[in-house]
Amino acid sequence: MIERYIEQVSTFAGDIDGLITLIAVVVGFWFVLVEVVFLGIVVVFRQKPGVKAAYITGEEKHQKRWIGIPHELVLLCDVLIIIAAVRVWVNVKQTMPPAQETVRIIGQQWAWSFVHPGPDGKLDTADDIKTVDELHVLVNTNYHFKLEARDVLHSFSVPVFRLKQDAIPGRVITGWFKAKSTGTHDIQCAEICGIGHGLMPARIIIETPVEHAAWMASQSATASAR
Amino acid sequence: MSTSAGAAEHAHEHAQHPEHSHEGGHDAGHHEGHDHGSFWSTYVFSVDHKMIAKQYMFTGMLMGLIGGFFSYVFRMQLAYPGFHVPGFGVVSPGEYNALITNHGTIMIFWLAMPVLIAAFGNYLIPLMLGCDDMVFPRINRLSYQIFLISALVLIASWFVPGGGFGGAWTAYPPLSAKSQYNLTPLGSTMWVLAVGLEFVAFLLGGINFVTTAMNSRAPGMKMFDIPMVVWMIVIASILFMGSVGPLVAGAVMLVFDQTIGTGFFDPVRGGDPILWQHLFWFFGHPEVYVVLLPAVGIVAEIITVFSRKKLFAYKTVLYTALGTGVLSFFVWAHHQFVAGIDPRMANVFTATTVLISIPIAEMMFVYVATLYGGSIRLATPMLWALAFIGEFIIGGVTGIFLGSSGSDIYFHDTYFVLAHFHYTFVPIAVIAVFAGVTYWYPKMFGRMLNETLGKIHFWGTVIPFNGIFIPLFITGMGGDHRRIYNYNNFPDLARPDLQHMRQFATVSLLVLLAFQIPFFINFFLSMKKGRLAGNNPWQANTLEWQTVSPPPHGNFAELPNCYRGPYEYSAPDRESDYWPQNEPS
Repeated sequence: MIERYIEQVSTFAGDIDGLITLIAVVVGFWFVLVEVVFLGIVVVFRQKPGVKAAYITGEEKHQKRWIGIPHELVLLCDVLIIIAAVRVWVNVKQTMPPAQETVRIIGQQWAWSFVHPGPDGKLDTADDIKTVDELHVLVNTNYHFKLEARDVLHSFSVPVFRLKQDAIPGRVITGWFKAKSTGTHDIQCAEICGIGHGLMPARIIIETPVEHAAWMASQSATASAR
Repeated sequence: MSTSAGAAEHAHEHAQHPEHSHEGGHDAGHHEGHDHGSFWSTYVFSVDHKMIAKQYMFTGMLMGLIGGFFSYVFRMQLAYPGFHVPGFGVVSPGEYNALITNHGTIMIFWLAMPVLIAAFGNYLIPLMLGCDDMVFPRINRLSYQIFLISALVLIASWFVPGGGFGGAWTAYPPLSAKSQYNLTPLGSTMWVLAVGLEFVAFLLGGINFVTTAMNSRAPGMKMFDIPMVVWMIVIASILFMGSVGPLVAGAVMLVFDQTIGTGFFDPVRGGDPILWQHLFWFFGHPEVYVVLLPAVGIVAEIITVFSRKKLFAYKTVLYTALGTGVLSFFVWAHHQFVAGIDPRMANVFTATTVLISIPIAEMMFVYVATLYGGSIRLATPMLWALAFIGEFIIGGVTGIFLGSSGSDIYFHDTYFVLAHFHYTFVPIAVIAVFAGVTYWYPKMFGRMLNETLGKIHFWGTVIPFNGIFIPLFITGMGGDHRRIYNYNNFPDLARPDLQHMRQFATVSLLVLLAFQIPFFINFFLSMKKGRLAGNNPWQANTLEWQTVSPPPHGNFAELPNCYRGPYEYSAPDRESDYWPQNEPS
């Protein structure tokens, strides 16, 4: 359903979209059923001259069945949805595959800063590559991100990844993603953060190892030229 | 002086026939507003629950117009970025944030609550229970006065240096707590103050509603003879009292953080910004049901009268409302799945949230079952009530996508959320309010509204309402985040197909706003020119219809007794298809 409007670029985007489709089918069934019955009743039971309305208390057992049985069926659907939702959640947010790369992401009024590990592959060393509003990552690689905020709440959202995580000042929140195709996409701030909230567009650039190495070399070159 | 309520005691046949009800219209002039005293004591410092109800209603409607104007301004900006909006000008990002913040704040705290709870609660509870006024009339007056001050403080906050608060109606710190971040040093403090005062007003009102319903029922009115809307307002008041405490504590902490430099929400000084979110949503989610329950109560009154049917399974409706109320205290963290709480907590809150669909679905099933076998009359109030059911279901089912943690990762803070809650709040605060206003208008003002204008207004509101929010579901699925003042800044969102949806929504809003004009013409013209309503134009059972329209100070010439439940329509072996609660068997 969602993939019609926005492509799936992370490994878990398909799981989330699948869950959304499942919910759409289940609630769509109930929605159509209830609306059809409801509108049908309104049409069928319009006032007719000389016809009195029925007197139904709804307290008898055989009458209560009409809401009792749908009630049980809704419960069944709820359990199904809860199980499916928890499975996706555990997969995306509660557990993390081991990191192959790690980046640091910092939200502030009103820009995103990214710290990429340099050629040594480690964060917080002298060769780290720092960028503003541009995150470079490798395709098909498990990334962990360390998300921070300098001032107010921000939310790191990559719609094509179906990924969203609030950034909280005073905390470092770890999450993960794995891009499955190359390309350039939006990063948005999803939590209102002041007058520049609508002016925090960053881009994520997903690269092949060759492209990534070239980018890294160009960054080190600029760094050493400085 | 003979009123029908008094007559009903002695010769109930007399009171039942509509042709006799014109005497209500004649009596009306003697009572309304002329009991004792001046303009000030009658209209401004009144202790009469009906006048206080009207004060709340008019203040709420006025605030609603302001909130509607705000939505017009920011929707214009979204559809046509940088456009000079007629009546406002070019919208700056700071103004945009203040507009959306105050739109949300107004529509919930200064429209939905005053009209649904305070206006209908005040007007209906004493009349429907068959007593002469609230048990604490002066507390009632105080409640409105504090409410009025709260509205004035909010309005004033838009004109102070720095402008109105723009940190969203949820006011998450640190943005809301520090003026160096929000740039509205005065606006943000006045915003918290206004909301706090509004809470005080509603606590005072709630005390009155609960006490009156428990103590002042007509002789013979048992618990299960109370009309559903009264129950719903009472339960809503209790939910409000139970949930607001933590937020009041949070508001005090927030004001201290803003003004005297404490650090409750400041991580640098050992505070925690997430604490506010828990306090806010512990209130914020029950609050949804605080406004929902009166709305479903209004709908229950109307669908029974206009289908001439007994409410299907009265006790079930009551228990589902109680069940929803209790469950609503255990769902708040579904607003915070991706807010940095422990991810394991999301599983618990997913379960509780999705399960709340059971009582709500059951309530909708009950209403559909009530219509079954009825003799349905599609008068304007009934159209609104039916529209509430039809539209609220959309709001209900789309909530499942958000209550499920896995899918909320994507939908959180997108326009999908916005469209979802407008499909709950517009049915509540607009559709159900119009249902109630058109239904009780004859009682409030003694005259009937014009049906043709009423139907034009109905279709002109309900159709564009869907035209606004269905496209916004789609832009939300396409990745539009909330509270962004110009989507052209985001390469992936600056797409013509999405922009056309945004424009469609805005144009629909303009149509909807234009169709409010027939309502106001109808509302004010009918006060003078409408057909006289008589006591009981809809042939309803509940006690407010068994006195004159409008009821005098003191409500009933002789206080009624109650002999049966409120929904004995089309009872077998009776010629008449209704059976007023005060008519002896």
